[in-house]
Amino acid sequence: MLRYLAKRLAASVLILLGVSIVTFGLTFMIPADPVTMIAGRNSTPQMREQIRVQLGLDKPIPEQYARYLGRLVTGDLGISYARKSEVAPLVASRLPPTLLLMLGAIIAELMIGLPAGIYAATRRGRFGDKAAMTLSFLSVSTPQFVLGLTLLYLFAYLWNWFPLGGYGKISNLILPALTLGLAGGGWYSRMMRSSMIEVLRNDYIRTARAKGMSEWRVVMKHGFRNAILPIVAMIGLDVGIFMSGVVVVENVFGWPGIGQLMWQAIQSLDIPVIMGVTIVAACFIVLGNLIADLVSPLIDPRIRLR
Amino acid sequence: MGDTWKRFHCDRLAMAGLVTIVVFAMAAIFAPVIAPYNPSEQFFDGLTLEGSPLPPSWRFWFGTDTNGRDQFSRLLYGARTSLLIGIVANGIAVAVGAALGLVAGYLRGWTGAAIMRLTDLMMAFPPLLLAIALAAILKPGLNIVILVIALVNWVQIARVIYTETVALSEREYIEAARALGAGNLRILLRHLLPHLIPTVIVYATLGIATTVLLEAMLSFLGRGVQPPTPAWGMMIFESQSYFLNAPWLVFIPGAAILILALAFNLVGDGLRDALDPTQRGRG
Repeated sequence: MLRYLAKRLAASVLILLGVSIVTFGLTFMIPADPVTMIAGRNSTPQMREQIRVQLGLDKPIPEQYARYLGRLVTGDLGISYARKSEVAPLVASRLPPTLLLMLGAIIAELMIGLPAGIYAATRRGRFGDKAAMTLSFLSVSTPQFVLGLTLLYLFAYLWNWFPLGGYGKISNLILPALTLGLAGGGWYSRMMRSSMIEVLRNDYIRTARAKGMSEWRVVMKHGFRNAILPIVAMIGLDVGIFMSGVVVVENVFGWPGIGQLMWQAIQSLDIPVIMGVTIVAACFIVLGNLIADLVSPLIDPRIRLR
Repeated sequence: MGDTWKRFHCDRLAMAGLVTIVVFAMAAIFAPVIAPYNPSEQFFDGLTLEGSPLPPSWRFWFGTDTNGRDQFSRLLYGARTSLLIGIVANGIAVAVGAALGLVAGYLRGWTGAAIMRLTDLMMAFPPLLLAIALAAILKPGLNIVILVIALVNWVQIARVIYTETVALSEREYIEAARALGAGNLRILLRHLLPHLIPTVIVYATLGIATTVLLEAMLSFLGRGVQPPTPAWGMMIFESQSYFLNAPWLVFIPGAAILILALAFNLVGDGLRDALDPTQRGRG
């Protein structure tokens, strides 16, 4: 287990190193000159030269990368063009709302996906199964911004059940969490269905039924516990999927997280913020994948440790 | 092939998806003939006196947008953007991903390892954020959107094809082919690729659904194709601030995106069942 852990950790570090190379490379593709972005259009050549030296742009590329990596490791993500403030504290201050939203979305997708999957598995091949699986396709085919706006229109504007947006109360969280989590709920319902069908084939299920146990108890007591294991292992991977979704969902609901920050940065082409959010998101994804890798063998010893 | 079509034909949902795709494709191809107006024309009577968009009526079937343009005509031309990007961008991604997955799975060794580590790296980036960062750096436009989506989408198919190729390469008939003196290229193209075609077709179809959604998100964020080219995501973005008063401006293009993505998902799922009946009903 310890060797496996070390191997996965090393792989994660390597991937993060790769991420830094990609983001470093991307900043070289920018047509806009960073010196002009910082100094302004009316700057003198002397001022530009000074900033160029300050940024280290006069050094050879490997040295520039080394300095860039050194800054990243110490948590320095550069300075925002638009806000003229440091990117790292900005992203850090926007992280808690995003993590809260993701937690809400995970709860939402499990509350949708697990019951739907169990229902479909117990009605296998019948109308209820087909209806549930078609709905799951509907949920993964829905663009999140359309879903968000529709929920806002119906539940906040027309019926006044929830506030139109904002942040701070639990009632603010429900609609955005549902919007972010619905597609995941669709995937989970499909996974839960096949996992449950697989589990219900086992001999101990037949034994439980032969004992005269009610079907509900067979499914919930013996089936559910085993069927949910592969699903739990997937939750860590959701982070990556959510990191894309939050840009859209936070924008629709006015949720003050990194997605909204990203959206504002896109509008003003604030490259350091765009890159900063991308790097932070990548770190979370690598962490989520690492957790998924570590959790899988714990809950299912049959998974071979590679 | 005949059996596959027969199985697919019996799958009512998949057939409904196929019919929907054909209808959308026809609408896109014949947009200039069907569209009642020029999609960029701003009508003087296309807005109310207060300057808000018109609801659906006989003159403007799906109402007008915030600039007084005919929403129905824009929707038809928007289908061109969605389908073009969906098919071309995903086509490139599938071709590149399948080729890389095939080579990595057959050669393995350090070439395979390098390709697979590259997919690991790509998986660390949220697709939308990477696409936005790229589209923000490069000047947005049709070609760039296609390039960006292809760059983000090749990863999944590469991993799937890699896994299948590794399994296939260990089969005896590949060894037999090699013993008979077949070269690497011949084995790849004549002995491995044909067995992978069903997987490629399924993932290519499902991938179009993902691409349609990604393109819509990019254009909703203003980083997709640029105006005046109509795109469904952009139509929603433009009318977002009006949408409590004019919800049809969001619902109609939104429904179009949903229906098109759903259709490709249903066809892809139907193809998976039809091409590989042993997997039927296993989700």
